[in-house]
Amino acid sequence: MSTKSFSRRGVLKAGAATGVGLALPTIFTGSARAFTNEPGASSVTLGFNVPQTGAYADEGADELRAYMLAVEHLNGEGDGGMLSTFSSQALDGTGILGRRVEYVTGDTQTSSDAARSSARSMIERDGAIMITGGSSSGVAIAVQGLCQDAGVIFMAGLTHSNDTTGKDRRANGFRHFFNTEMSGHALAPILSNAYGNDRKAYHLTADYTWGWSQENSMRTYTEALGWETINTVRTPVGAGDFSSYLTPVANSGADVLILNHYGGDMVNSLTQAVQFGLRDMMANGKTFEIIVPLFSRLMARGAGSAIEGIYGSTNWHWSLQDEGSQAFTRSFGTKYGFPPSQAAHTCYVQTLLYADAVQRGGSFNPCSVVEALEGYEFDGLGNGPTLYRAEDHQCFKDVLVVRGKENPENDYDLLEVVEITPRETVTYPIDHPDFQGGSLGSCNPGA
Amino acid sequence: METIILQILNGLDKGSAYALIALGLTLIFGTLGVVNFAHGALFMLGAFCAVTLNKIFNLSFEAIDPTRTDFLGNPMVVNTPYVEAWFGPEMGHSIIDWSVPLSILFAIPIMAFIGVAMERGLIRYFYKRPHADQILVTFGLAIVLQEIVKAFYGANPIPMPAPEAFTGSFDFGRWIGFDAYAIMYPYWRLVYFGFAAVVIGAVFAFLRYTTFGMVVRAGMADRETVGLLGIDIDKRFVAMFAIASIVAGLAGVMYTPILSPNYHMGMDFLVLSFVVVVVGGMGSLEGAVAAGFLLGILQSFASMSQIIEFIPGINQVIIYLVAVVVLLTRPRGLMGRKGVMED
Repeated sequence: MSTKSFSRRGVLKAGAATGVGLALPTIFTGSARAFTNEPGASSVTLGFNVPQTGAYADEGADELRAYMLAVEHLNGEGDGGMLSTFSSQALDGTGILGRRVEYVTGDTQTSSDAARSSARSMIERDGAIMITGGSSSGVAIAVQGLCQDAGVIFMAGLTHSNDTTGKDRRANGFRHFFNTEMSGHALAPILSNAYGNDRKAYHLTADYTWGWSQENSMRTYTEALGWETINTVRTPVGAGDFSSYLTPVANSGADVLILNHYGGDMVNSLTQAVQFGLRDMMANGKTFEIIVPLFSRLMARGAGSAIEGIYGSTNWHWSLQDEGSQAFTRSFGTKYGFPPSQAAHTCYVQTLLYADAVQRGGSFNPCSVVEALEGYEFDGLGNGPTLYRAEDHQCFKDVLVVRGKENPENDYDLLEVVEITPRETVTYPIDHPDFQGGSLGSCNPGA
Repeated sequence: METIILQILNGLDKGSAYALIALGLTLIFGTLGVVNFAHGALFMLGAFCAVTLNKIFNLSFEAIDPTRTDFLGNPMVVNTPYVEAWFGPEMGHSIIDWSVPLSILFAIPIMAFIGVAMERGLIRYFYKRPHADQILVTFGLAIVLQEIVKAFYGANPIPMPAPEAFTGSFDFGRWIGFDAYAIMYPYWRLVYFGFAAVVIGAVFAFLRYTTFGMVVRAGMADRETVGLLGIDIDKRFVAMFAIASIVAGLAGVMYTPILSPNYHMGMDFLVLSFVVVVVGGMGSLEGAVAAGFLLGILQSFASMSQIIEFIPGINQVIIYLVAVVVLLTRPRGLMGRKGVMED
């Protein structure tokens, strides 16, 4: 008969080992499931990770509204929005694969660390099968990497840096929104017509991946027009007061200021640029001009009359007359009392595209979703015929060039679409130099 | 040269806000001996006094205008502010337009009340506790206040335009002999600088030329002796807490057209203002004001692209570098008094 006894040290060791085992994040441990967070028979949970605080909080709030609307429509509530105009008719308002859609939300705080932490919590604690959201490319790239490792799909919200589908692309990540390369390409001919080819540009740039990407694309395309880049200055995100960065512009020899800012930063920098008299100035014998490469109606509202006559590009605008845009604007406007922003649009569309891919593929397995979305051609979602390119998971569609309206008719009529640049024009080859250095890898189902 | 003048103007502007906040911080520290980490929240609350008054002025009634349509094609709902209905469109528009300066009158009693409530309701229980306890409780209070504001007003910045008469820029260059447009500076920023100078002057005059101020200064120097003379110094110190709250609040009110108010703006300024107080010298009012302007100007110069090219990131750390140098060479700060925070 064995007389083995338990020592105090042995018990402590065993207890510690058990504790560590239990504390291990479930996403890094194996399970009997086929893929991470395989949903049960009755419901499926989506994770909406948006900035509810910080410089991009306005966009985040609108994104969340759009997500909630998309969930309503997927569950067969409300007027159905774009479900009726979507070229794929796989979704029928009975949830996704017969499961009722539920959701959890997180606040990215416009910070990569906070965003990863809230995404991780939604995956591990709440069992989210898909994470979506954005408004900052730094955040989107960080969360996309996390989702790849965790084995869930990431449907990027508003993220405009080339890197999201360039050097930082991942197999589990998909972007519907356009990028800085497309903005530069679409804006260049319009700027040439409006301001000529002999201009000197000064860039103020948000100091993170999106700002660098936007500055690079604008430099490439404006220098190709014959413009000279006088200076590029990086500004911290959320700087608030941009006066120290704006005051040198007037005496720099530049006659164009390009504001590579977005969200609250753009509202502050543009308003302050106008306060500092830059738009009333003459420089090099020409009227001083300001350009905001990435524009949104929410920013236009924040900046008030400062945006009048200013050019920029946008992914979508509520005034578009196609059936899909009209259906979405009507649905969103009726529910919330104001039209949706481009951030809301891309998030709504991404949710529908995910649900549709699951429905068509017949499975929530991330690899099935990837297969269903790669090379997928669709229409009826507000941007005309659109392709999800298989090689980089970037959507290719028309790009809108807009201008701040001089005499708006109402509070929402702030931007006018001056050009719809066709998809063929803004499509770039997969080996474009600004998109090198990364690879999709293979899809990760997790579990 | 134009750039240097512009950066000095920027620095004076930023420095005005730092100086006003640091002045209040020093007043509270000098009189009550409390390290008040909720002082930034008072600046933020002042800014939201302006937002609140603007919202009150914009309270509207709805009417349907059948001649116009909204974005959904429905008859347009037009909101008309009550002030425009009561005082006529022009007068009503002017009242709304001038809501930021009018908020000064609105903010003074509110900030005084908040200051007294804060002191009587919480901070007085921490007078005899260590500074670490005071910092923790006031920091906690700041978080509570900003979360309350967030719950009511949301997390997004709320644009607050300056009165139309002060929009646009002043051609400062032409005025001092440079070319036209060489030195353009927004009117409102000049107004802010002037306003800060008046408030700072008023606080100093109050302390120097009134009996009340004399007693307070005596109390700051030797609280015990003043008490032995039969003067209720505590009551006067509470009044100084209220005055410091009003100064921070007014600094916030007038700053709203420069920086759209948001719930965490107080925290952004608090840390910098503490550095200003330390650099100026704990307990020195003159030091706080001088250091406020000095650090504002240095921060502006450090943000120039020519400087950042040489030392990347210097704009983020310049204030702390100056603090390190000042504390190494003058441990009591630029104008610090002997014996303060040295027990």
